[in-house]
Amino acid sequence: MQALYAQLLVGLINGSFYALLSLGLAVIFGMLNIINFAHGALYMMGAFVAYFLLNLGGINYWWALIIAPVVVGIFGMILERTMLQWLTGLDHLYGLLLTFGIALIVQGVFQNYFGSSGLPYSIPDQLKGGVNLGFMFLPVYRGWVVIFSLVVCLATWFLIEKTQLGAYLRAATENPTLVRAFGINVPRMITLTYGLGVGLAALAGVLSAPINQVRPLMGADLIIVVFAVVVIGGMGSIMGSIITGFALGVIEGLTKYFYPEASNTVVFVLMVVVLLVKPTGLTGRAA
Amino acid sequence: MAEAKLAERPVAAAGAEVLTVNDLQAWYGESHILHGINFNVRAGEVVTLLGRNGAGKTTTLKSIMGVIGKRSGSIRFDNKEIIRATSDRIARLGIAFCPEERGIFSSLDVRENLLLPPVVRPGGLPLDQIFTLFPNLKERLTSQGTKLSGGEQQMLAIARILRTGARFLMLDEPTEGLAPVIIQQIGHTIARLKSQGFTILLVEQNFRFASTVADRYYIVEHGKVIDGFANSELSANMDKLHTYLGV
Repeated sequence: MQALYAQLLVGLINGSFYALLSLGLAVIFGMLNIINFAHGALYMMGAFVAYFLLNLGGINYWWALIIAPVVVGIFGMILERTMLQWLTGLDHLYGLLLTFGIALIVQGVFQNYFGSSGLPYSIPDQLKGGVNLGFMFLPVYRGWVVIFSLVVCLATWFLIEKTQLGAYLRAATENPTLVRAFGINVPRMITLTYGLGVGLAALAGVLSAPINQVRPLMGADLIIVVFAVVVIGGMGSIMGSIITGFALGVIEGLTKYFYPEASNTVVFVLMVVVLLVKPTGLTGRAA
Repeated sequence: MAEAKLAERPVAAAGAEVLTVNDLQAWYGESHILHGINFNVRAGEVVTLLGRNGAGKTTTLKSIMGVIGKRSGSIRFDNKEIIRATSDRIARLGIAFCPEERGIFSSLDVRENLLLPPVVRPGGLPLDQIFTLFPNLKERLTSQGTKLSGGEQQMLAIARILRTGARFLMLDEPTEGLAPVIIQQIGHTIARLKSQGFTILLVEQNFRFASTVADRYYIVEHGKVIDGFANSELSANMDKLHTYLGV
């Protein structure tokens, strides 16, 4: 049973990253109609910013949780202003190709300077050690990642579904022209939305740094699974992407326990099934 | 030149000119829709654009609102040239637009729809006055916006722009597809707004409805204003009007 709980925990941790990343993708897709393939590279940048802050500036993990999303978010907003905004109204394919190209460039640059091996990033002192829950041993940092991710996801959901700012976002997703004609600066809102989605990816990168090390290709490996998660969950729904993210992490964990051979493919098998049965995803709207 | 003179026709009543449109041209992509629109609206007036389908009435409103990409000529509002302004800036100058398709958002409930347009200046109607005008809305605040009936959606579309403090309202066919009793209610609303000093630019196919609220009319045909007259001159112009509108 110990092993089952351990795999469930690993599943929840992976699920946290899936949820944070697919949530950002859903927010960006809703507002910009862009399938942001650069998401993995921006997640990686978040981890690297945390690494630089610690090793070059002596700035600790807790500050990195705030600074890295802001820095990478600003980088994302520059990308949006200088490149993505010109794709408004074009087919999804253009945005996908452009962001894929951006991802390759960013990852290539980091690989050039840092190689492919992982750089260590240690767990902050306050989150070291673990607690015995009776039925299993829980490393504090891993528990922190799951709970903090869940809180961030729910806060994002609340922001979009329950606030006035979120009402602007949802309305502009439906009819940007009319929302702008009410006096709202929609282009600026689109830029900020991209910054928000990208910031979530960077935040996931910081969270992941002490667990998975900091590697130029850390995002490239993860983003493939995240896109499968997004396909399964459906692109349009905020809560759908959160739930699907966590659920698929858990399903992966369970598969590792019951049938380890399939653990790396179970998400993709599910993706194929969903594509055949309900192509818009479990919670999605038509794209 | 004939059109230019029309814009300057002396008309009884009303205050200073708030909107002056001169030689307005507009394009949808490659197709040239407006070929030189000239007219004006004075403070406190209800002015109606009449014309057949496809004449360019809606495009005129959209051009004033700044949502048509390519436009030329001159649109002056409150003595400011807005032909090149973006629509968010135009809205903040105090022009509010109620589109023909109503534009109720399905991912927002009625309350969110109502509170969506930001307040651009002081002097908007407080919510309790809006609910006096449209009591139905108050009972449906938590419904999804698009679950309302057509009439309720039209009321919501008008109601939400009354809050913003904009004193110049553009209503695009507010009576289209609605039952007579609701059309009557919208007529009363427009009369009430006029008495509160709102200026209204109306596009209507329903000429009988327009005649109950309008101070002046302009006839739009093939992307131009071809005629204009006051409500008091209506009976004298009836024959012409029938020819213009083909009714």
